[in-house]
Amino acid sequence: MDRRHFLTGSAAAAASLARPALAQGTATEISFFYPVAVGGAITRVIDGYAADFSRERPDIKVTPVYAGTYQETLVKVLTAHKSGTPPTLSVLLSTDMFTLIDEEAIVPLNGFVRTDADKAWLDDFYTGFMLNSQSGGQTWGIPFQRSTIVLYWNKDLFRQAGLDPEKAPASWAEHVAFAEKLTRRDAAGNVSQWGTQIPSTGFGYWMLQALAIEAGDVLANQEGDRTFFDKPGVTEALQYWVDLAQKHKVHAPGIVEWGTTPRDFLEGKTAMMWTTTGNLTNIRTNARFGFGVAMLPANKRRGSPTGGGNFHIARKASPTQQEAAFRFARWMTQPERAARWSIDTGYVGVSRAAYATQTMKDHVAGFPAAAVARDQLEFAVAELSTHENQRVTKALGDNIQAALTGSKAPDRALRDAQAEAERILRPYR
Amino acid sequence: MNSRLSAAVHGWLLLMPAMLLLVAFTHWPAVASFIESFSSTPRPRRPSRFVGVANYEQMLADPVFWQSLANNLWFALGTIPLAIGLALLMAIWVNDRIPGRTFARMAYFTPTILPMIAVANIWLFFYTPQYGLLEQVASGLGFASHNWLGSRETALAAVALVAVWKESGFFMIFYLAALQGISPTLAEAAALEGASRWTFFRRVQFPLLMPTTLFVLINAVINAFRTVDHIIVMTRGGPDNATSLLLFYIYQVGFNFWDTSYAAALTVVLLAMLAIAALVQYGWLERKVHYR
Repeated sequence: MDRRHFLTGSAAAAASLARPALAQGTATEISFFYPVAVGGAITRVIDGYAADFSRERPDIKVTPVYAGTYQETLVKVLTAHKSGTPPTLSVLLSTDMFTLIDEEAIVPLNGFVRTDADKAWLDDFYTGFMLNSQSGGQTWGIPFQRSTIVLYWNKDLFRQAGLDPEKAPASWAEHVAFAEKLTRRDAAGNVSQWGTQIPSTGFGYWMLQALAIEAGDVLANQEGDRTFFDKPGVTEALQYWVDLAQKHKVHAPGIVEWGTTPRDFLEGKTAMMWTTTGNLTNIRTNARFGFGVAMLPANKRRGSPTGGGNFHIARKASPTQQEAAFRFARWMTQPERAARWSIDTGYVGVSRAAYATQTMKDHVAGFPAAAVARDQLEFAVAELSTHENQRVTKALGDNIQAALTGSKAPDRALRDAQAEAERILRPYR
Repeated sequence: MNSRLSAAVHGWLLLMPAMLLLVAFTHWPAVASFIESFSSTPRPRRPSRFVGVANYEQMLADPVFWQSLANNLWFALGTIPLAIGLALLMAIWVNDRIPGRTFARMAYFTPTILPMIAVANIWLFFYTPQYGLLEQVASGLGFASHNWLGSRETALAAVALVAVWKESGFFMIFYLAALQGISPTLAEAAALEGASRWTFFRRVQFPLLMPTTLFVLINAVINAFRTVDHIIVMTRGGPDNATSLLLFYIYQVGFNFWDTSYAAALTVVLLAMLAIAALVQYGWLERKVHYR
């Protein structure tokens, strides 16, 4: 409570009187750790934003630090947290929220939202993204580089296979049928082009979740203390994924790298791929062929989990730094900038206002693919997020890989994953 | 008396800098891990408490631990003899007066000076299905495509090969230095006696190289349990823990799951294994090594 009173006071001062004074004095320094999980020159974009912000707010100095993948960034942030000097602001997977709360690494943000403008800004984020950002009545993360999974398809290869290049598969059955036409084999049976590709390293749990949603089941409850990996829909989902390679032979066998999947698509080694919208700009820049973006094919329903990273503010930073970090995060998610960020990367514009900006309207008019992820938000479900999230997702990820490599049957793999998750989560209920 | 005391103080002072570093960064962490392995992992709302051997019991019941241990033994068994054999072969090869000797030596040594992270990224491209280098060569020769890192059968062998490629050049340098220390009169004498090249190697060169082999062997064993950079880059232990090595698993438990006490218990096991390996090598093998 004390802190909040103090913050209110200091922020009011910062907003009106103290700003010129602060500008003359020493600037508040905040460090900002962020990961890159998609292709393209993201670091340059972020450095540019930080420089722009410092010009507008000379009293705050932001030092952006590229910290590797999401997992690596989390390791760095938590290690720094345990040693007492965490980065003030960090972009981490929204699904690690429970872990961050359990470690007492982050502060709730409600205390920073004071003016009506602040409230309007917070209310404008898409609900799908806020599901993974709120817990226990508090908001813990600000949606930033958020995404859903979409299907990319190569129109040239569709044409060559005698398919309508403007029509993406709308159902699971169609997805297989198209992929069968798109898989190309030589006389010896060697495949030179696969029909479709769903990557299985790093984010295997995320891809399975998309399939599971489409088959009508969710993977975990909203409180993050119970998982449902052995539900029939989840088994059906994994069976479908396994069948793509083992039964229909339209998907590369074994484990497919998350990181090289966009490359495989650009090289024409696969005619369709399932990956984050965050790769959109990368694909658009580098594709030498016409490509399309569509919502994922439906089974019982359409659907995709949301994904990606939120801004989090460190508990161990000073109140002044926390306030400065909040201001930076708020500035980064202004409609105009959220629109710019979405155009620069392909991540979904996080708020409705971002899509109402002229910049975004022009962009979507010239490039309709940019709106697909937003339209899919209507069907989106919160991403799998539990206590000890890394451990639970590893249990699931390992078993998905076991099923895909053929060493376990899908139902057996999911029962094992569920048993392991039960063991991990029992103490949190 | 006084001078003896001052000599002792003098000696300890000379030892001090190295000793301080060793104690701070080697001995104390090992002891601290041992102590921590008997307590539970501290969480903000649940402080650490003594749990006896619970962490070790958890380890016995942990299939990923057993898999990592087995993987690591296979990894060691695969990399150590192969890396040493290759190193010896390359050293003997570039020790002769062959054309382009300097170039060959340099080429063999190059993998050693590259950082493991860079090496792993290069090999990641080699192994990429469909358009990776290995695939292009294989398909050019008419072989079927294979997902080397993505199938359980080949992933461990694939990462072991990278380690062999990386290390044998390093070991070659030691063999090369030792070979050049062997007096040329021995070769001349052998030639006069009419000994074949193989006999000369088996009866003269190899026995004289034994101390080097022991040294290289110790290093190779340590490296087999210590090198995990390429695992992190290439497979992150996948598919389904098929390439999870012990140290990588410790990293995962410690820094991804933040279960520091369990990670400490795993560390103690790794330390104990390495200590036994070192004891065997220094205590038993060393006596068998032929010194001039």
